Amino acid sequence: MKLELRGITKRFGSLVANDSISLTVQPGEVHALLGENGAGKSTLMNVLYGLYQPDEGQILLDDEAVVFAGPGDAMQAGIGMVHQHFMLIPVFTVAENVMLGHEPTHAGGVLDLAKARELVREISSRFGFEISPDALVSDLPVGAQQRVEIIKALSRDAKVLVLDEPTAVLTPQETDELMVIMKQLAASGTSIVFITHKLREVQAVADTITVIRLGKVVGEAEPTASSAELASLMVGRDVDLTVDKPPLHAGADALVVTELTHFDDHGQKLLDDVSFTVRAGEILAIAGVQGNGQTELTEAILGLRHRVYGSVKLGGRELVGSSVRDILDAGVGYVPEDRKKDGLVGEFSVAENLMLDRSFAGPFTKGLGVDFAHRDEFAREAIGEFDIRTPGGSTPAGRLSGGNQQKVVLARELSRDLQLFIASQPTRGVDVGSIEFIHERIVAVRDSGIPVLIVSTELDEITALADRIAVMYRGRIVDIVPSDTPRSTLGQLMAGVVA
Amino acid sequence: MTALAPVHETVAAPPRNWKTPIVLSVLAAVTFVVFGLLGNAQEVTFRWSEADDTISLASLVVASQPLCLVLGVLTLLGAGFAYYRAYRREKVPLWVSIGVGALFIIGLFANVGAGATVPVVFILTGAIGLSTAVIFGSLAGVVGERVGVANIAIEGQLLAGAFVAAVVASVTDSLFLGLIAAMIGGALVSMVLAVFSLRYVVDQIVVGVVLNVLVVGITNFFYSAVLSDNSEEFNFPGTLPSLPIPLLSSIPVIGPVFFDQRITTYVMFLLIPTVWFVLFKTKWGLRIRAVGEHPLAADTVGINVNNTRFWTVTVAGLIAGFGGAALTIGSVGAFVREMSAGQGFIALAAVILGRWNPWLAAVAALLFGFSRNFRIWAGQIGSPIPPDLIAMTPYLVTLIAVSVLVGKAVAPAAVGKPYIKE
Repeated sequence: MKLELRGITKRFGSLVANDSISLTVQPGEVHALLGENGAGKSTLMNVLYGLYQPDEGQILLDDEAVVFAGPGDAMQAGIGMVHQHFMLIPVFTVAENVMLGHEPTHAGGVLDLAKARELVREISSRFGFEISPDALVSDLPVGAQQRVEIIKALSRDAKVLVLDEPTAVLTPQETDELMVIMKQLAASGTSIVFITHKLREVQAVADTITVIRLGKVVGEAEPTASSAELASLMVGRDVDLTVDKPPLHAGADALVVTELTHFDDHGQKLLDDVSFTVRAGEILAIAGVQGNGQTELTEAILGLRHRVYGSVKLGGRELVGSSVRDILDAGVGYVPEDRKKDGLVGEFSVAENLMLDRSFAGPFTKGLGVDFAHRDEFAREAIGEFDIRTPGGSTPAGRLSGGNQQKVVLARELSRDLQLFIASQPTRGVDVGSIEFIHERIVAVRDSGIPVLIVSTELDEITALADRIAVMYRGRIVDIVPSDTPRSTLGQLMAGVVA
Repeated sequence: MTALAPVHETVAAPPRNWKTPIVLSVLAAVTFVVFGLLGNAQEVTFRWSEADDTISLASLVVASQPLCLVLGVLTLLGAGFAYYRAYRREKVPLWVSIGVGALFIIGLFANVGAGATVPVVFILTGAIGLSTAVIFGSLAGVVGERVGVANIAIEGQLLAGAFVAAVVASVTDSLFLGLIAAMIGGALVSMVLAVFSLRYVVDQIVVGVVLNVLVVGITNFFYSAVLSDNSEEFNFPGTLPSLPIPLLSSIPVIGPVFFDQRITTYVMFLLIPTVWFVLFKTKWGLRIRAVGEHPLAADTVGINVNNTRFWTVTVAGLIAGFGGAALTIGSVGAFVREMSAGQGFIALAAVILGRWNPWLAAVAALLFGFSRNFRIWAGQIGSPIPPDLIAMTPYLVTLIAVSVLVGKAVAPAAVGKPYIKE
């Protein structure tokens, strides 16, 4: 089926998320929609899927204008969507998830489970998915859950399949498999819209590329275009994709983690005998697919978790068992992976967020009160030094863009005397310009002789920053390898395969 | 470092869960020591049949103390097994908990009833009678929470149903119309809850609490302003007749308990499997549960989340309202101020205790009625146990059952969370 979007405009208040976007997807084509986070890709697809109503513009399917009042209409018309955050019900089986909303029934609305199972089996065997219809979705690995989403769309006879950032949660191997599936689907006549910000994947699989920036189509490109060309289209200027990193001058072992093990409240082991060291002036990057214990590792080091066994020594001092405040006072700077949830208080002003960790004592307090003059002065300096784009220090931090919020967190964490710097997903949801800036600052921390621990699920970021790479899988460190290890080897380690 | 290194033995294993064995051993100790060793040597009579039964079973007469000692040993064995399982970090099977609980209850009856009679049929029928409203309430709660709406207003729905049933049945002189009106009354309360929590996104708990207070206020007002002075006319509905089912009702013990009841009780018996079937075997149930678990996912497959919630909560209101009727025309035959007396809240506890499963929730609700009836019986035979202590038993039972059984109850993920489209 041919899909055409004509002049789609979608506004949220004063923000124009989509500004007169037009694109055409030919039958059986893999059409990549390339853009940074926040460029308006997901908004556009939600318009296409009937979750949002466009303010202007038309959607045409096989040259006929259609209007979707809701996702039901879009599905009816043959549009299927695999959302970035899976739309699966974890406590339901695969068959139940697939049939939800278009259930085969016996008389009286009684579910025909046999038919639903058969449907799942038929579609999964067609693409070699090997997914049991009776498996609980919550028991399936992420890659398999994604296939359930694809089965779900195909079971509704989707002619156009939209994949929204499908590789964000996959290992490199799973990503390769998904590429194969996409090509297979396209060969069978399904049109595919592939939303991503990863250049490598676009080059590997797309037939046509549309680049979106700030809600507008800024260009079309052939898959043969170079990474640099695509990146500069995406960002609007030439981008330096590499990080300038002076040679390593590592000092003595500064952070020594030994046999760190952690259980959750249900007795499940989330960290399994994790041991590593970070030397002063070195960046150790933890690679791995999301959810393999990285979050738990950083939170355990910071004292945010209970039931932590083993040892974390910073400069010879034991941190396990200490309170979070003691650990922070020991000189640990921490950028949490979810800045909105853990890094900032969105309703507080930028200035307040900048002093959030030092409300107890120190330069920001005067007697029992806050030294407002000092706070505002500090905020002014930080805004200048970290290039935080904000109307002022009194603006609520939640109103800033992702990249600027992250700079607020970074400015706060780097303003103390550090003995260790931990950053989890330092550039997630951050625009490319800010990524460069944040990476430079992290490297600067390293060069000042401080041990740095980075957690990232983006391999590009890992290889750009790391002096050594530790790969985590199911709560363990599978291996620690040099930073020039080939991607394919890292990918295998990320899937738990030991070289 | 070597990859996939074996786990060090020195690393602490996950902590053992001693909760269930501790609770069970307390029950076992009480059975063995209090009912057995310190027990009463008198005989206890378990009476299986009443005077007018067609088939009459002989009563069982046993000495209380030896019986309790045997029960005590069995419960101790059960508790020991629970410790063994907990030590090995295994789950204590549900049947062990239930078994120890049941033996404890038999011991309790044998001890309190020493020197007197335990009328088994009266105990069981009474338990069902006293649980009826709670069971309806818990089914309404299960339905509401499964679709993602925390229905704190069950209490108000029961009270509204009780009031409307009494008044409408009195005025129209038709018990049937009373039942219908009770359902509508309950549904109206739940519709207010639905409109405020879904349309205006007011916190569901807050709306629920306000509704409960509101219904108490309204019914109290009408009770004192109208009903108490004209009770002949407005509060004299009569009661629903018993409908013994031929043949089945003559089976000893089971007959009078299950097959000689009022229409409200029969509806309750049928409603439990019906709610289960609809929730887990039909497409509406699948959609209801989907909305309660992950509303956005339901929306993306074309299910209207707020419509589903609205109508499901309304059905829950119908159920609770019907349960309210059981308090008046299904029982005492008149409306009394605040007669729901917290049963709606007990129903909510039963929902959680029953892990959002209609069968288990009904059993939990029944447990409550059972312990209430125990208190009545113990009062009748003049038990030496202080009445205030006995009055605590329902709550004690609820507490113990919640702590032993609930463990890791998983509520529908979206309970109480409004679904707001961007």
